[in-house]
Amino acid sequence: MLAYFDHAATTPMVEPAITALNNQLKKLGNASSLHSAGRSVRKDLEQAREEIAVAIDCAPSEVIFTASGTEANNLAIKGLFWKGAKDNKKVIITSTFEHHAVMDPVGWLAEHEGAQVVAINVDRKGFIDLTELTESVEKHKNNIALISIMHSNNEVGTIEDIAQIVKIAGNTPVHTDCVQSFGKVDFSFKNLGVTAATISAHKVGGPLGVAALILKRGLDIEPILHGGGQERDIRSGTFNAPGIVAFAAAAKDAVTNKIERDIKIRQLKEELINIIKKNVSDIWVNGNQDKSLPGIVSITFPKTDSEGLLLLLDAEGIACSTGSACSAGVQRPSHVLLAMGLTEDETTSTLRFSLSYTNTVNEIAKLGAVISTVVAKSRNAVVK
Amino acid sequence: MKKLKVIAAMSGGVDSAVAAARAVDAGYEVVGVHLALSSNPQKYRSGARGCCTIEDSHDARRAADVIGIPFYIWDMADEFHKGVVENFLSEYQAGRTPNPCLRCNEKIKFEAVLDRAKGLGFDGVVTGHYAITKDSPAGKTLHRAADPEKDQSYVLAVLRTDQIAGAIFPLGNTVKTDTRKEAKERGLFVANKPDSHDICFVPSGDNAGWLRERLGSESGDIVDGDGKKLGEHKGAYTYTIGQRRGLNLTVPDKTGEPRYVLKIEPKSNTVVVGTHEELAINSILAAPPTWCGSAPEINKELRGFAQVRAHGAPLATSYKFDGTNLIANLDQPVFGLATGQALVIYDGDRVVGSATINETI
Repeated sequence: MLAYFDHAATTPMVEPAITALNNQLKKLGNASSLHSAGRSVRKDLEQAREEIAVAIDCAPSEVIFTASGTEANNLAIKGLFWKGAKDNKKVIITSTFEHHAVMDPVGWLAEHEGAQVVAINVDRKGFIDLTELTESVEKHKNNIALISIMHSNNEVGTIEDIAQIVKIAGNTPVHTDCVQSFGKVDFSFKNLGVTAATISAHKVGGPLGVAALILKRGLDIEPILHGGGQERDIRSGTFNAPGIVAFAAAAKDAVTNKIERDIKIRQLKEELINIIKKNVSDIWVNGNQDKSLPGIVSITFPKTDSEGLLLLLDAEGIACSTGSACSAGVQRPSHVLLAMGLTEDETTSTLRFSLSYTNTVNEIAKLGAVISTVVAKSRNAVVK
Repeated sequence: MKKLKVIAAMSGGVDSAVAAARAVDAGYEVVGVHLALSSNPQKYRSGARGCCTIEDSHDARRAADVIGIPFYIWDMADEFHKGVVENFLSEYQAGRTPNPCLRCNEKIKFEAVLDRAKGLGFDGVVTGHYAITKDSPAGKTLHRAADPEKDQSYVLAVLRTDQIAGAIFPLGNTVKTDTRKEAKERGLFVANKPDSHDICFVPSGDNAGWLRERLGSESGDIVDGDGKKLGEHKGAYTYTIGQRRGLNLTVPDKTGEPRYVLKIEPKSNTVVVGTHEELAINSILAAPPTWCGSAPEINKELRGFAQVRAHGAPLATSYKFDGTNLIANLDQPVFGLATGQALVIYDGDRVVGSATINETI
C-alpha cells in the first residue's frame, strides 16, 4: 500500500464532497439560466457560497469562485495592482518566498506593467522580517498598490503573522495566499482584516479545478477573464456548480473536524520527524514547528540528492515531494529554502513530507524501515 | 533470481522508447529517466529534433507511462555543459572538429548517468543506440549493429570496458523500420517521430552562427599553401576541413580547379585552402586510445578497418599502437579528414579501440 506524504500537493477527496459532487453532476441547468432548472442549480450554488463564507468567516458576496488558486492569486494581484496604478501606486510589496502563483504574476507586472517590486526577506525559521516590512511601507507610503504575503508557506509550513502585517499596512490593501492554511488553522477573513485571500478546494478534500478569491465587499478590481461577468463582474465563466458544491462540503468537513485532526496530524508529524532522526542522525528540520501548519515538514538530508531520494522512496511505495520543478520537469533549487538561507546543495538535499489525518503510524513505520538505506544509496550516487 | 534493475535513458524519441519496452520484456526492472541537458530548456519547436525540449521530455514521460514504468527527469545540465558543450567550443577554438554525441556517450550517458544509477543500486543503463554487445572471456565487447544505416558503434567506441559492461542496447539486432513498426504496435505514439540529426544544444541548426556568437567572428585571411592571401573569412571556426562552397575567394586558381579547406589555424586566424589532391590523407595519428578489450601489443602491425567519421565507410588499414598514439596507415587515401574526430578501429564488426585524431598526413 502506498504511504502518501504529499497532502500539500493534493489530498484525497472527503466522502461528503464526493457525494455532493456526484449528486450535483446529475443535475441539469446552468446556474445563470433564468428558468427553474437554472434557478435550482443557482440555489445549490448560493447555499455552497454561504457555507464557504461561514467556513472562512466572510460575507457570502465576498466569495468569488475561480478555477484554481493560481487564478485567484493572479486575479487579486493584477486586479489590485491595476486599481492602484490608476492612482499612480505601482509598488508591490511581497516576500522572497511566495508560491510561484504569487511570485510570477508579480514578476509579470514588473516586466510588463511597470510595477516596482519590494521583496521582504525571511529568516532561517521562515518568518517575514516585520521590521523590514515596516520600513518599506514607510518608505513607499503613498505609492503601494498592494502587499501580498502568504498566510503559510507551502514548503516549510511556517505561519506568518498576517494580523500584524495588516496593522503595518494601514490603508494599503493586503492579499494573502491561504491555500495551505484554509481548513487547517484558525482563520477569520473578517477578524484578520485582509483585503483579499486565496483558498482552494483540492487542498481540503474538495475536487480539483475549483478555488476562490475572498475579496472585500464593495471593492471592484479589474478582471483578468472577460465574458459573462458571472462573479460580481470580476470573474467570468460558467459557474462550476458541482465543483463549488463539493468545495463547500469539503470546507465544512475540514472546519468541523479541524481541532481533532490538528492534534492527530501533529502527533503523526512528530512521530515522522523522530523516526527519521532515529535512522539518519544528521538530518535537520527547516523552518520551525511552533508556528506552523500541522502537516508540513521540510527535512534536509545532508549530502544526498532529493531526486535520488524521491526515486528510491517511490520505489518503496512512499510518496513525498522535492519542491518545485520547471515546465520541463527539471528539479530546481527551492527559492523558498534559498530565501531562508540554505545553500543550493542543501536545498537539493531536502524533502517535503506533508501529512493528513488519513495517514497512519504504519505508513510512518514503513518510511522508518527504509529511510537509512535510501539515504545511504542516495549519498553513494551523489558527487557534491 | 532477483531481477536486475536498470535505468532506461529516454530521450523522447522512438528508439529509446522501444529499447525501454524491450528491457521490460526481457525481465529487467526498468526505471525511465529523461536527461535534462540544457539549463535553459527550449520551448516547443517543430521541424528539427533535439534532446532538450519540453516536448521531448513530455514524449519520454508519455512513452514511460504507456510502457508502464516509473519515470523521472534527471538534471544533467551542468555535467553536459562541462563535459560536452565546453569541449565542443574548446575543440573548435583549437581548429578541430569535435563530435559532441560521442562526448555525450562518454561523459554523460555512460559516466554521469551510469555512475548515478549504480550509486542508487541499479545494475546498468539501457539506451536506444544501434550497437551490439557480446560476452567474451575478456568481458563485454562492442560490435556494429545489424542495420548498417543506423549503426552507432562509432560514437560508442569511446566507452571503456567497464562502461560497456554497464550498457544494454536492446536495438542492436533491429533495423530502424522494424523499430518504428514495433513502436506502433506497442501503442507508442512516438512511432513516427522524426530522427534527430542536428546537434541538440544548437536548436536552430545553425552551427556556424552558434559558434560565431560564442567564439566571435573576427575576419581573417584565406590563404594557399604558400601563405598567399586568396580571400577573407568571417570567423575561422565556422569552416570545416574539405569544405568547398562558400569560400568566396577573390583570387582564382591558375588551373581553374576548385579549392577546398585544408586546415584551420586558430592562432593566426587563417584558413588554408588547396586542391582536392592535397586533401588526401594516408596516415592518421590519434590519442589517447580507449580499448574495447585488452590493448594490442606495442608496435605490432595489425590489420583492420578504420572509420573516421560518423556514418563513414570502413577503410581497410594497417594499424599499430606505439604506446602513446594509435597510428593508422590507410590502404587508400581518405579525403578531407578533420582532426578532433574519432579514429575507430574495427576487426570485422568488432570495435577494437578508439582515439581522437590529432594529426593527419
